[in-house]
Parts: sequence; C-alpha cells; structure tokens
Amino acid sequence: MALLELQEVTRHFELRPGIVERVIRGGKTRVIKAVEAMNLSLTQDEILGIAGESGCGKSTTCSMIAGLLPPSSGQVLYRDRNVGGMTEGELKGHRRQVQMIFQDPYESLNPRFRISDIVSEGPRALGLWGEKEIEERVADMLSSVGLGPAKYWERYPHELSGGERQRVGIASALVMEPELVVADEPLSMLDVSIRAGILDLLRDLSQKRNFACVYVSHDLSILGNIADRLLIMYLGQAVEVGPVHEVINNPKHPYTRALISAVPVPDPRAKRSPPNIVGDISRPVDPPPGCRFISRCPYADKSCSDFFVKLDTGSRLTHQAACHRLDQIPDEAA
Amino acid sequence: MTSNSLLCVRNLRVGYTTQQGVVHAVSDVSFDVQRNEVFGIAGESGCGKSTLIRALLRLLSNNGTSTASKIEFEGQDVQGLSDSAFRQSILWKRISLVPQSAMNSLNPVYRVGDQVIEAIRAHSKSSRSEARERVEFLFDIVGLQPELMRSYPHEFSGGMRQRAMIAMSLALDPGLIIMDEPTTGLDVLVQERILRRVREIRTEIASSIILITHDIAVIAEMSDRIAVMYGGKIMESAAANDLFDAPYHPYTLGLKNAFPSIRAMNTELISIPGSPPALLGDEPGCLFEPRCPFSNAVCSQDLPSRHYVSDLHEVNCHRHGDVVEMRERAALKSTWHS
Repeated sequence: MALLELQEVTRHFELRPGIVERVIRGGKTRVIKAVEAMNLSLTQDEILGIAGESGCGKSTTCSMIAGLLPPSSGQVLYRDRNVGGMTEGELKGHRRQVQMIFQDPYESLNPRFRISDIVSEGPRALGLWGEKEIEERVADMLSSVGLGPAKYWERYPHELSGGERQRVGIASALVMEPELVVADEPLSMLDVSIRAGILDLLRDLSQKRNFACVYVSHDLSILGNIADRLLIMYLGQAVEVGPVHEVINNPKHPYTRALISAVPVPDPRAKRSPPNIVGDISRPVDPPPGCRFISRCPYADKSCSDFFVKLDTGSRLTHQAACHRLDQIPDEAA
Repeated sequence: MTSNSLLCVRNLRVGYTTQQGVVHAVSDVSFDVQRNEVFGIAGESGCGKSTLIRALLRLLSNNGTSTASKIEFEGQDVQGLSDSAFRQSILWKRISLVPQSAMNSLNPVYRVGDQVIEAIRAHSKSSRSEARERVEFLFDIVGLQPELMRSYPHEFSGGMRQRAMIAMSLALDPGLIIMDEPTTGLDVLVQERILRRVREIRTEIASSIILITHDIAVIAEMSDRIAVMYGGKIMESAAANDLFDAPYHPYTLGLKNAFPSIRAMNTELISIPGSPPALLGDEPGCLFEPRCPFSNAVCSQDLPSRHYVSDLHEVNCHRHGDVVEMRERAALKSTWHS
C-alpha cells in the first residue's frame, strides 16, 4: 500500500492586480498555476527526490504533502485517507506523522530556546508522552544525530555551527517518530565538507527509524546520491519520474536531458555536451494549455500545445516521461 | 615563479579587529595569476577567500587591516598607491570585480544600461554616446539584447542581472576580472549558460579571471589552476588536472571525498569531521590538524612550510612525503570517521 498518494493534485494562486492597475488599465486577475494535475505515490521505505528549477512547484508540492496548503483540486491521500477531509483532531495526528526539515538552519530555530527545548517542543505541544519520557527520548534523539546531550542540552542555537543546527532541525523532526519526512533543500546552506555527514545521517535514520522521505533539491548530484526515485518538475508539471539512476543515466524528456547535461562535474577532464534548450524559464502565470516546456523545446511541434501528458501514480519501478513525442527524439541527445 | 605574471601577491595577511580579539582571516597567502588564465580559489565559508580579494581591491571594512610584502599588478607595485590613486588607476580599469550576490548589486531605481554607462563614464573620458555604444557591445557579449538597456533591474531575472554585472565588469577592458561566487544561487541551466559565456569571453578578450567559489564542480570545469584555501591559508595549489589527479593535502583529499558527482552516483560520500577553526588566537601548528586523520605530533606544534611538489604544485602539509599512503587511506570512510 502506498503511504502517500497525490491524485490529480493542482494548486493555483490568484494574482490580483492592484487598484491602480484594475481601475486605470482594466487589469484582470491572473492565475499562477504552481502545480498542475500531479500524480504521485510514495511507499513506506523509499526516498523520493524532487528536482527542478526555481518556480517549478517543488516547494508548493511539499507544502501540500505536509498538509500546510490545501490543493485547489485533486486529493492528497495519506494511507488512503484524504488529508483535505480530515477533522481538526485527525489533522493533529497527521501533522505528527508528516514532519518537515527546513532549508535554512540559521532562520528556522528559535534563538531564545535551548536545544533541548527546541527538540522537545513538538512532543510537548501534542502531549505525546509524559515529561520524563520526552526528556529521555529527546536525549536519545540528540545522540543519534551526533549531538551528545551532555554537551548540547543547555546550548542555544547561536552557539552552534550550521551543520550542528541542521542536525537540531533533523532531531526535532524525527523525535516525533514520523512516517514521512519532507526535507526542502536541507543542505543548500551548509558547507561541502559537512553535507555528506547530514546525507548519511538522513539515510541511516530513514532505515533505522523506518520513515519515508521526500527530498527536494535543485542539486541533481546530491539527489543521485540519496534518492531511490526521482521526479523532475517544470513550471508546475511533473515531466519525468523513475528510479534515480534510470532518470539520470537515461533521461527521456527533453527537459530532463537538458537539465542533466547542465550539471557541472567535479573533474577538469570531464566533457559535457551543452544542454539542448532555448530561451529562458518563464513563470507559470496563465500558461497556455498543453506542455509548458513547448517554448524551449527543440523537438516541439504544433501538436504539443494540444497534449499535456500526465504521469500516472505508477509503481516505483516504472520510468515515465510526460512527452508524447518521445519516439521522435534522437537518442544521441541524451 | 615567473616574473611576467599578471598579478603577484606575496605574504598577504588580513586581520579583523573584533571584540573577541583579532581574527586572522587571511594569513601569509602568496600566489601568482598568469596572463590569460582562470585562477580558481576554492574553499568553504569563512576560509578567507572573499576577504582575500577585498584586501586586494582595498574594499575591506573599517575593522580590517592588511599587510603584504609585495603586491604587483602588471609589474607595477600597487601597494605604494594611495587609496584614491588605486581607485582611479586600477579599480575597474585594470582589475574589476563581479561581487558576490551580484544579482542584488544593481541599483533598483536606475535603468540597467544607465548604470553601466555611469560606471564607464566615472572611470574614463568617454562621452555619453560612446559609452552607450560600448554598453550595447558589452550586452551583446554577455548575451543580453541591447533593448534591455532601458529595463530596470526588477524586470530582469537573476541570470540576466548576473550577466549585466559581468558586462559592467568588462566595461573598461580590465586585464583581470575577479568573480566572487558568480553563479551561486542561480539555477543549473542558467549557471551553465553564464559559465559558457564567461569561457567564450575569456578567449575573445584575453582577460585573466580569478574565480572564487565553494562549488568544486564549477571550479574544476572553469579553472586552469586552482588554489584550495582553509582557515585563511592556501593549503594546496596546482594546475586543475594535477590537483584532481594527484592531490597532496589531506583537506583536498577530504573535499574530493565529500563532493557528489552526477557521474559517480554510487560512490559513497565521506564528510570531513569537525568544523572550521575560529582563527582567533595564534595557535601554533597546522590549522587543519584538529580535523585531519593523518596528523601527528609535529602537526599541532609547527606551522607547515610551503613545499613544492613541482614548479606549479605547492602544498602546505608536514606529511606530504607520505602522500601515497594518505591517498590510499583517505578513500576509506573509517579513516575519517572511526
């Protein structure tokens, strides 16, 4: 059974013009189509990577998965139950099951709380355990993220380095014993030499504590290292999904191909062919129907504006690309 | 090293006075930048890479002081110049800077083209129309349409703003362009396009470039030579190929282990334990010693001196003689995390 399923999940935001714009120029309300008809399923034991450029809808998808943002249409199913239809009480339970790790460890910790207070805040707020047990679990959690409680219990965030702070963020998510962890760019603020340590920690703990993970990043090299499966998004549309090595080594969608060939390689002798793509990324404001990659796609023709291929929720082994002209794209383009 | 180098820096030190004492952000850094080369400086936050160039360009904040035994640009001693003479004759004209987060360096209430025109006219005698022509030419070089000169910065995407800043840095035909994290924060496709453009520009106009970044992949692809900084010092510097094929310093070995590659997804990443030094006191010994799995007694007592592996490959490590063993052991996770 899937732990999480997104069925035709769509999220639109209205962009209302200011009063001057409306009265003088007759501006109309426009719609940002941040996420469009997304299908996705996630099982208990996997790490799903979501990649794409800024504005592709990765973070909006995260917020919907975590239940922080209701979809405009479609359903988010958690263990076959619609998150949108949950009562306040049920939502409380849901919020415990789905925890987030945030991007910026410098901004996401309360500077007036001690580390022990930060990590125990969640369990306390939901009244999960008695005070004594909370204390034990927090101490245990801190040691498993490598922050010995004897040393760190009384400390404040400003006394910690970036890597240590991100470990606190991970500890306060995992102390809730979630089934699903949503990590939104958890490494981007950290230095190279310590990133690998945080990645290891997440991977280890996801096995030991048995939680699924949605890992969002723009860095395909990191996703290639941690994710089991990879989803690529472009302007609100899911364009490709599949096992991570499949997608990276054998990308199908023209956008995925361009994206992967643009990733620099840490080897001065490495050769890369330039990405086959034209123009600049736009914003998903009142996008035309059909494939949103059409204006940048070297293989697009008229028919692409009629087709919007939706990926299905699929099994975790299927590799699919949302392009109806796949058979007309030459192989060497990969 | 050769005397015909474009920029020659010897024993540069920078200290910041703080309430906790003097922070030695850069200590005893020496390097040369040759004509027509990309010299990459790699390092993590706080390693002193940005301070280094701020000191070179005399842009240090008030609590910072720098000393050096020699700073020469095109054979001319620039240390003797007064600040105003330096700004007049060197800055922008002969050495220009694409600052970190250049995307936010444009003035939001002026048209982008006018800002570049202003930079040109402030430093040269050209008329407004000459300057305008020059900007059109520069916009073309960096891949921006000339019509965009009339746009305001908010109408530009991050990548376009970055390209405008690069155009500005090229404005007065400088011999050396310093780029501080030029693509950090940009999406990978935008980054790719800008870096490709920088490579083309370099062959077209034959400038040298100092490229500063924490991104090992970017520096590997762009640089002819690379210096690796840690704790305010250059730990190792070599031709790019040599640095990647045959690294000597344990920190370089550690960085290579820690950096993911899309071409080697199955390779296990190994982090470097510990965190960077505070640079406050005058502790004896190698600054990497607390994090180094190969350190021995001498490492914590004596500062390593510069050792030349070859003419162009230098390393600051006591144990450079044991490099074969270190390379072998550095590939194992147990070496770093026991």
